[in-house]
Order: sequence, then C-alpha cells, then structure tokens
Amino acid sequence: MDFLRPETLAEALELKASRPDAVPIAGGTDVMVELNYDHRRPAALLDLTRIAELREWTPGLRVGAGVPYVRIIDELGAELPGLAMASRTVGSPQIRNRGTVGGNLGAASPAGDTHPVLLASGAVIEVASVRGTRMIPAADFYLGVKRNALEPDELIVAVHLAPAKGPQQFSKVGTRNAMVIAVCSFAISLFPEENRVGAAVGSAAPTPRRAHQAEEFLASALDFSAPKPLLDSVKREFGELVSQAASPIDDVRGSAAYRKHALAVMARRTLGWAWQELLDGEQQCA
Amino acid sequence: MRVNVTVNGEQRQADDVWEGESLLFMLRERLGLPGSKNACEQGECGSCTVYLDDVPVCACLVAAGQAQDRSVRTVEGLADGDSLDPVQEAFVEAGAVQCGFCTPGLVVQAHDLLDRVPNPSDPEIREALAGNLCRCTGYEKILDAVRLAASRR
Ligand SMILES: Cc1cc2nc3c(=O)[nH]c(=O)nc-3n(C[C@H](O)[C@H](O)[C@H](O)COP(=O)(O)OP(=O)(O)OC[C@H]3O[C@@H](n4cnc5c(N)ncnc54)[C@H](O)[C@@H]3O)c2cc1C
Ligand code: FES
Ligand code: FES
Repeated sequence: MDFLRPETLAEALELKASRPDAVPIAGGTDVMVELNYDHRRPAALLDLTRIAELREWTPGLRVGAGVPYVRIIDELGAELPGLAMASRTVGSPQIRNRGTVGGNLGAASPAGDTHPVLLASGAVIEVASVRGTRMIPAADFYLGVKRNALEPDELIVAVHLAPAKGPQQFSKVGTRNAMVIAVCSFAISLFPEENRVGAAVGSAAPTPRRAHQAEEFLASALDFSAPKPLLDSVKREFGELVSQAASPIDDVRGSAAYRKHALAVMARRTLGWAWQELLDGEQQCA
Repeated sequence: MRVNVTVNGEQRQADDVWEGESLLFMLRERLGLPGSKNACEQGECGSCTVYLDDVPVCACLVAAGQAQDRSVRTVEGLADGDSLDPVQEAFVEAGAVQCGFCTPGLVVQAHDLLDRVPNPSDPEIREALAGNLCRCTGYEKILDAVRLAASRR
C-alpha cells in the first residue's frame, strides 16, 4: 500500500489522476473503520488533511470539503443553521473534531446526516480533477447506496450553500442522542422571499432524496407574505407527503413501517418549529 | 514507511509502519505508549482518545501517516513528572476508576473539556463525554471526578 501526502489541491488532483485507485482519506472516520476491520485494502491512501485549501470556508458560502463538523457548528451556526444542527448530531465530540462534510459526501451513505440538509437547502457540490471543475447540484450527486457522482479521478473540493434566508430545521431518530446512525432523518428549509420550501429525507430510501410533492404542497398552502398560525390539516398533509416520498426497507435499525411513521412525525414537528420561528420573526418586525 | 511525529513533546520516529495502520497501533506497538487503549477500533468507545495538534480524536481512526510532522499528546503526557494532572488526581479520589480500561480516554477528553470550559454544567460534561463508554462505573463517579477537577482548577 502507498501513502500519498499531497500538500496542495493541484498536487492531490495530479496524484488522483495518475492513481485513480487511491482512496482519499480526510477525517478517516469512515475509511479507518474499513481498514481496521479489513473490509478494504486499497492500493493507496491519499491523505487530504495537509491541503489548506480544503480546510477553509469563505463567505457567500463556500465550505471546503475538509472543514470538520466542529468548525461548522462553532463558526457557521448563524449562516447555516440546518447544516450546523445536523453536524451536532454526528457521532461524538471526537468524531465531530475529525469528520468532514466532504467525507460524508464521499461515503454517500443513505444515512449520512448532512445529506437531507444539503438537499433541502439546495447545495451545490464542487468537484475537481485535472480535467477541470464540475458543479453538481446535491439532487444529482447521490446515485445509489454508497454511490455518488464522482469520477475515479475526481475529488470533492467544496460545498456551496447560500446563507439561510429563512428558518431551517433538521431532525433525526435514533436510539440515543450520541453516536447514532440515523434510523431516519428529515430536513426542511423555508425560503420565504421566494415562496419556496425545501424538504428531504435521509436513511429512508437507497439514497437521500427530496420530497418534491411535499415541497410543492407547502409552497401553495403557506402564505409567506402574511404568515398565520399553521392549520393542523396542513401539517398532517405535509407529513403524509413526506412519508410517501420515502421508500424505506426493514433493517436492524428499524422497520420500513416505523420509518414511514417517524418521517411523518418529524416532518410535522420540524415544520411547526420552522413556522413558529417565522411567526416570531414577524412579530419582532411589527 | 517511516513516520516522524512529536509525541508528548518529544520528537519520535517510527519505522516499518504499515500504510494502513492507525495512529493508535503505532503509539501502542511501535512507540511503547500503551496508555491509549484499544477496545473497539471503530470510534465508538473513546478509550483511544489522544490530542492530535491539541484536538481530541480517536487515535484508532487516524492513519499513522496522517500524524507525520504533527504533535500528539497521549494520557502519558498529561502528568508533570511524578505529579499527576488535576484531572487524573480527581479520577483517583472520586473513585472513577474500576477496571481502568476506559480511563485514559476519559481523562484526555475531560482534560480538553476543562481547558475549553473551566466550569462546565452537568449537561456540558455529559455531552463532552458522550463518545466515551465505561462498562464498570455507571458514570456517576466519573461525573463526580470531572466536577471535582473543575472545582480545583
Ligand atoms: C463512531 C462513529 C459515529 C459516526 N456517526 C455518524 C453520524 O452520526 N452521522 C453521520 O452522518 N456519519 C457518522 N459517522 C460516519 C462518518 O463520521 C461521517 O460519514 C463523516 O462525515 C466522514 O468524514 P471523514 O472526513 O472522516 O471521511 P473519511 O473517512 O476520511 O472518508 C469517507 C469517504 O469519503 C471519501 N472522501 C473523503 N474526502 C473526500 C474528498 N474530499 N473527495 C473525494 N472523496 C473523499 C473517502 O475516500 C471515503 O470513501 C460516524 C462514524 C463513526 C466512526
Ligand atoms: S478504540 Fe478507538 S474509539 Fe474505541
Ligand atoms: S472502569 Fe472499566 S470500563 Fe470504565
């Protein structure tokens, strides 16, 4: 096995082009488990942790693939509340000190916690190779169970996300607060100025996915210009449509039926919280 | 491969390191530092917690090669000669150690918490230690130890 240690992104892309079999390693919180248990024996490891460009974020917002969760929580909570909420639920402090959004995208597990948020908030994934840069909308990035849109010579460079223009929420079901792979998860983003809603489910289909019908229903049912308290019927219908967007399976973490039920509950609750935040904001303005 | 790394303030060199090996394995088996424990090798238990460039991480999830030119501080590096760190002393006094397997990781993690938050609330202590499992104590004495260490700093 080779251990490749590029210092710059350009060098890393050269290496990945000449060694497409090299497995990138960032925080290592997925890769090292596979190595320790001999589930994977790559021909080479490509260490990305020395590349300063990957560990920066810039206003606007472009978040480097190698920014660890702890920094998203500490530094970007105001601009990216949804992503920060999801980041807080990842693993444990030690995992959050090390794990990255780039690694979550690289692993592309249907249960990865950042995915529903990236989908609901319309994130765009910047990937690069020596051939150039591609901007891939999150909705086109997840192709199958642990499969993403990366070509063998490409690396994930950054995630582009506009600072939140309205309330965002994330919710996850698991057996305890820490150290839990989601049984299922849900993210919602409100875009009041555009009369638009983003909603996406995690761990409830072969890939994380958007709940298009639920999004459209809410956008037509809600009055963003003069928000009034939510009708129970709207919450219920939204929950139903979110649940219908999922195609979960029975597995060790939960049954398909439970996941469908839990998604509807999470959808209703997070909508309630997000809408309340909007109402409270209106009152403060008035 | 060869890995050069600063461990507990000392420049160290490990030879014949396998490229897929963890920092934990290198510390324990090549650098003679068995303080950090290996219990799960999958990031679940926290008994391998060490500082990597001042940030607590699971050493089992860091590739040894990623520690090249970096600085590692293990539980062996907390005491000052024969005098224990206040966190270590508090663990002894509070009876927070039974079999001791989880202790090195908990001590490093609690040490980091008290560096960042000198007077943590109970929820803050619980959150900080959420990635460290103990099969013996039931955690109450561990919480006592962290509160005791905080009161003395
Ligand atoms: C104890 C424990 C608890 C966990 N809890 C959670 C949880 O609650 N929620 C959750 O979502 N995940 C969880 N995980 C999984 C993991 O922590 C996350 O997926 C994390 O985001 C991975 O990031 P990393 O930087 O450590 O990735 P790595 O392990 O370094 O890499 C993961 C994958 O992505 C690839 N990769 C990494 N960076 C790039 C890049 N820039 N370009 C291309 N490919 C890249 C790697 O080749 C690999 O295939 C947990 C893991 C452990 C060990
Ligand atoms: S041995 Fe590293 S977390 Fe358990
Ligand atoms: S004292 Fe035995 S595991 Fe904690």
